[in-house]
Amino acid sequence: MEGFSFAELGHFALILALVCASIQSVVPLIGAARGDAAMMATAPMTALAQFLVLAVSFAALTNAFVTSDFSVLNVVQNSHSLKPMLYKVSGVWGNHEGSLLLWVTVLALFGALVALFGRNLPPGLKARTLAVQAMVSVGFLLFMILTSNPFERVFPPPFEGNDLNPLLQDPGLALHPPMLYIGYVGLSISFSFAVAALIEGKVDAAWARYVRPWTLLAWAFLTGGIALGSWWAYYELGWGGFWFWDPVENASFMPWLAATALLHSAIVVEKRDTLKSWTILLAIIGFSLSLIGTFLVRSGVLTSVHAFATDPDRGLFILILLVIAIGGSLALYAWRAPQLQGGGLFRPISREGALVFNNLLLTTATATVLLGTLYPLFLDAMDGSKVSVGPPYYNLTFVPLMAPLLIALGVGPLLSWKRADLWAAMARLKLAALVVLVVAALSLIMLEGDRAYATLGLILSGWVVSASLVEFLQRAGLGRTGPGAMVRRMIGLPRAAWGMMLAHVGVGILVAGATGASLLTTEVITTMRPGETMQLKSLNLEFESQQEVRGPNYFALRGNFVARDADGDVIARFAPENRRYIAGGQETTEASIRSSLTRDLYVALGDPDGTGGMTVRAYIKPFVPWLWIGSALMMLGGFVSLSDRRLRIGAPKRSGARAGGDARAAAPAPAE
Amino acid sequence: MRKGAARKKQRMLIVFSGLAMLGVAVSLVLVAFEDNVTFFYGPTEVRDQAVGEGTKFRLGGLVEEGSVNQNGATTEFTITDLNATVRVAYTGILPDLFREGQGIVAQGAIDSNGVFKADEVLAKHDENYMPAEAVEAMKRAGTWQHATSSAQ
Repeated sequence: MEGFSFAELGHFALILALVCASIQSVVPLIGAARGDAAMMATAPMTALAQFLVLAVSFAALTNAFVTSDFSVLNVVQNSHSLKPMLYKVSGVWGNHEGSLLLWVTVLALFGALVALFGRNLPPGLKARTLAVQAMVSVGFLLFMILTSNPFERVFPPPFEGNDLNPLLQDPGLALHPPMLYIGYVGLSISFSFAVAALIEGKVDAAWARYVRPWTLLAWAFLTGGIALGSWWAYYELGWGGFWFWDPVENASFMPWLAATALLHSAIVVEKRDTLKSWTILLAIIGFSLSLIGTFLVRSGVLTSVHAFATDPDRGLFILILLVIAIGGSLALYAWRAPQLQGGGLFRPISREGALVFNNLLLTTATATVLLGTLYPLFLDAMDGSKVSVGPPYYNLTFVPLMAPLLIALGVGPLLSWKRADLWAAMARLKLAALVVLVVAALSLIMLEGDRAYATLGLILSGWVVSASLVEFLQRAGLGRTGPGAMVRRMIGLPRAAWGMMLAHVGVGILVAGATGASLLTTEVITTMRPGETMQLKSLNLEFESQQEVRGPNYFALRGNFVARDADGDVIARFAPENRRYIAGGQETTEASIRSSLTRDLYVALGDPDGTGGMTVRAYIKPFVPWLWIGSALMMLGGFVSLSDRRLRIGAPKRSGARAGGDARAAAPAPAE
Repeated sequence: MRKGAARKKQRMLIVFSGLAMLGVAVSLVLVAFEDNVTFFYGPTEVRDQAVGEGTKFRLGGLVEEGSVNQNGATTEFTITDLNATVRVAYTGILPDLFREGQGIVAQGAIDSNGVFKADEVLAKHDENYMPAEAVEAMKRAGTWQHATSSAQ
């Protein structure tokens, strides 16, 4: 507009990015093969340039959304001038084209971060890593420019837009995609490092030290992104569920599982110089699962709020990209991996053994999720029969695999490297065993002994939390020194130890949350008129009144509820809404949730029953807030562990110079 | 030499535990697929007795105009593929996009009265607010073209 067109600038920047990425994917590779320093040096320059032009392109699209420029087709289809500013901005990635732009921008961001903070990486490895990263960029930029241009114009421009799907107009969901993308596109860096190492034919402890902080960074964001998505589903969809095993959820969960396995196996490479080719394979699998997820979500083979696009050409394009990336990297792996040197030996009962066990369970679990996700597509392609694979399948496959993992999680950190004494480790967990007995007794009493699975879930949760804390406290000298000395030692413990403890405790807390949400919920669905009350266990829920309210871009019917305990004291007030959006006429249910430390009270308003009453759905959901607390602790653990690397690098070590690069690599994380 | 043998032994051990884990996973998956995969049928197939009483399945189609009947928290309505119809009962809050003429998908089983008791009515849809399985039901009944014109 006004003589200078941001949209065309954005489109032009996209093409420039493709040019940068093309150079970046070829020249440094040749340079690394010839040992030509000047050619290798093009890698960081082009990586930075690529990120800058993509940032311009992203800013141009954001500008179109913020100023409601309805001459841009994408804005017309996904925005509305009445929409609050936050959702105008989040509308940028709330559609197919914009979310792809975010995808490549994050991809380039990670390349740029490696270029900036990986100054002390060996030049060959750095050049190759950035080149591989750029190859992925080239594929996705071509995809965007050829099939999904976010800057397409319409003429004549309409006066008003179609609005963003109201389900997506939510603060939790505004942040969910960027966070998720930083996570799952971030895994591209581990992938690029792995492919670069295969090209070089060398994997050592130093390599693992370069890769781990990046994986940790991506993992922490992925954890946060998935948790936000789950939180959104919990309060926005009005069904009170937090995880539906929906294929789109699985699409982000599979890379998470693989990244979790990778984080653990990279420790073995770093500390013991073994499991190298397995770790490389995991890095490839992790990002391949991200690509598969992108394909599933973006190609339109699945229908959901995430499936913006249902254009078969786009699906085919991503499928081809997928085959080239995954097939190419796996072929390279098959060719080069046998040349990797095997490292240190270990007995089955050892820290390495426990981490292998962790990896086996996590990858098997990933495989069962992948199978469950792809099976309906496979069957549809075979004979056109439509099936769906829902929670019962995952309860029978994924959940049983997690139980031994959680048991092992308590013991593993206490085992020593190479060979360990399992009984000695168990003996050190006496305190944790005691906690488990108490939890078991308490939950049996609380649940009156009739819910075996819930009891089991709570026991596992108690075990993981207490064993992780005991291990940490013993490191700080529990039972050997006084409390004062213990606190001092605790502060002095490496950040990685803190990170591990926080993340593991987070897992335990999350298990309790999941148990409460899925097995211990009390639900009442009924119709109520204003003035009526319902009984929800010992609580008394009164529907006081209803009123019409008007929001910025919707009208709503609001119900006012009050919950009282047996003595008649007010515990909480609720104001669930039924909203109708002005632009599209869509309706959404806004549940009203009151959280305390041990439970959520959840009230959602349904439709009028035609005789003056309203359908009301009320839940008591024990431990649900722990889902979010647990996820936050896991994420925090990831960041704390990242900060360790910077500190540790300061101390002189065997590979001081190399480790310095690693420190810088880790540095941007906390600032993100 | 001894180290080589030990490495071989270690590798075998990992491979074996990997295979064992795979075996466990495969058996879990087979058991789970046996009973926990939900098939999809359209109203015409239900009329033609494709599914027995009490078998869980997913039913898709359009909510017939004028068929919705609210009875307390229970809603009764008819799902049609414009060829055959199935009466459905659901207790709970319907998805936000549920209304007459809309495509929906429900999960549940046929009871002894021939009514489809839904445990879940799904709001999964694409950007055109049409669930894929509702389209599928009409494609199977051969009424898809007709349906698009009447649904819009």
